Amino acid sequence: MDMWKSVYEKIIEHAQNDLPLEACGYLGGQDTTVTEAYCLTNIDESGEHFSFDPKEQFAVVRAMRAKKQRAIAVYHSHPQTPARPSKEDIKLAFDPEMIYVIVSLAAATPEVKAFRIVKNEVSEEPLDIIEG
Amino acid sequence: MKLTINGEKKQVVQESVTVTELLADQGVEMPDTVSVQINGDFLERETFDTRVVRDGDEIDFLYFMGGGSWE
Repeated sequence: MDMWKSVYEKIIEHAQNDLPLEACGYLGGQDTTVTEAYCLTNIDESGEHFSFDPKEQFAVVRAMRAKKQRAIAVYHSHPQTPARPSKEDIKLAFDPEMIYVIVSLAAATPEVKAFRIVKNEVSEEPLDIIEG
Repeated sequence: MKLTINGEKKQVVQESVTVTELLADQGVEMPDTVSVQINGDFLERETFDTRVVRDGDEIDFLYFMGGGSWE
């Protein structure tokens, strides 16, 4: 998956701004290139969990369709833990087509990684940050 | 009948299809993991088995998105 640098910076900024809570959202684009981040509300209002607001989720997906984008990935932050799926992330990863991006703020330098999670099997997805 | 599913127009051969059957046809193995809107209105999960879709309906379904950082 390729991700525009502006998107990479935006999701890190979102994660930092929402501390101590987890931040979350969709990543939209064409084919396998993410060109836009859509910040969503974490209705759990928690630093250890997140859930999308379904009403907002549908509205954002429709907005992506209107721009001829598709939801390539979802992202959420781990304020204090590494950029790898937790047991809860794996248990709740129901969409086999989705790429799951995690923004970790555990270290001084933020870390962003992408994963596929299919039937509880996790595999890291190559993530290239490109100009854009 | 003609349906629009997640923004794409599709032809469904069957005359009568419930939401659960339609979701299965779309590869959704666990209907409890998705939210469904028909013509822009949320559908209660309890009605997935009985709600029959109609010609011209716009059906959108999205998987629940959630997780957490705790082990």
